[in-house]
Amino acid sequence: MAGSETTVEAVAPPDTVKILIAGGFGVGKTTMVGSVSEIAPLRTEEPLTVAGLGIDDLNGIEEKQATTVALDFGRITISRELVLYLFGTPGQQRFWFMWNDLAIGALGAVVLVDVRRPESSFAAIDFFERRGIPFVVGVNGFHGEHPYPAEDIRDALALPADVRVLLCDARERESCRDVLIALVDQLIVAAKTA
Amino acid sequence: MPALAREVGGDDTAGRLVRLFTLTGGRTRPSRTDFTLITTVTAVDPPPERAPRPQPEQARILRRCARPIAVAELAAHLDLPVSVVAIMLCDLLEAGLITVHPPHPVTPRTPDLDLLQKVRDGLGRL
Repeated sequence: MAGSETTVEAVAPPDTVKILIAGGFGVGKTTMVGSVSEIAPLRTEEPLTVAGLGIDDLNGIEEKQATTVALDFGRITISRELVLYLFGTPGQQRFWFMWNDLAIGALGAVVLVDVRRPESSFAAIDFFERRGIPFVVGVNGFHGEHPYPAEDIRDALALPADVRVLLCDARERESCRDVLIALVDQLIVAAKTA
Repeated sequence: MPALAREVGGDDTAGRLVRLFTLTGGRTRPSRTDFTLITTVTAVDPPPERAPRPQPEQARILRRCARPIAVAELAAHLDLPVSVVAIMLCDLLEAGLITVHPPHPVTPRTPDLDLLQKVRDGLGRL
């Protein structure tokens, strides 16, 4: 950050880090990625066959047309040397074999919860807890409305005390930014007490 | 290999899968695992003199990574699966046509306070 680098450094590749945006199907993950990303969310699709899933493994999949797993992501340039990527994880549980790859090397995760059907995000919370990946919970209000206080939702989700719960609106840039800041603050606190 | 793609050209779905398959020379996984979603790749400019002439799809990749770009972004722009792009990047790396910059290492047990503070400051500026 000294600003004394020459133009040769201008094209040096930045360091990259990632944060995952998880939660149940249709909870607002891609909306959140789009709200804070500096680029329109990008999508990459992985055919199940190419992703290394054997043909035999397709037996459990009922919908034959579902032959790709979509991954939506966005980008936040932190500085010339550091870029943060946000990955919205696939919502359907049957695609979770993708998640292991996604989770490796992630700083942490935001688990979005829909107050109308919090159970759809239980599996995501369980996933990160089991793997020891730090996360915060963002309660995405339907139309921005929050009928329950954060503490009620913490109790309903049986979250440990060190996991922060924030009421948010996935459509609002500042709201999503604040959720990400809460996650990083939680990571900083954990790093200082480690 | 183009003949193979033409044979099934009438069937869109099969054609697409076969096309992907030919792009990778029939391989379904890269020979090395350097290419994560946020690994950054950059075309070597000028290309090494003895480098083989790139295939059309390889040339598309090289144009896209004239400046550093993450593998996931590259795949999205090319409308190709990350797994296919990773295999093609392997070939380009072995031909000396690209350089690879790995993501910042993140290990849960040894948090990087300096990195976290930078991310925190950057988000605060949004």
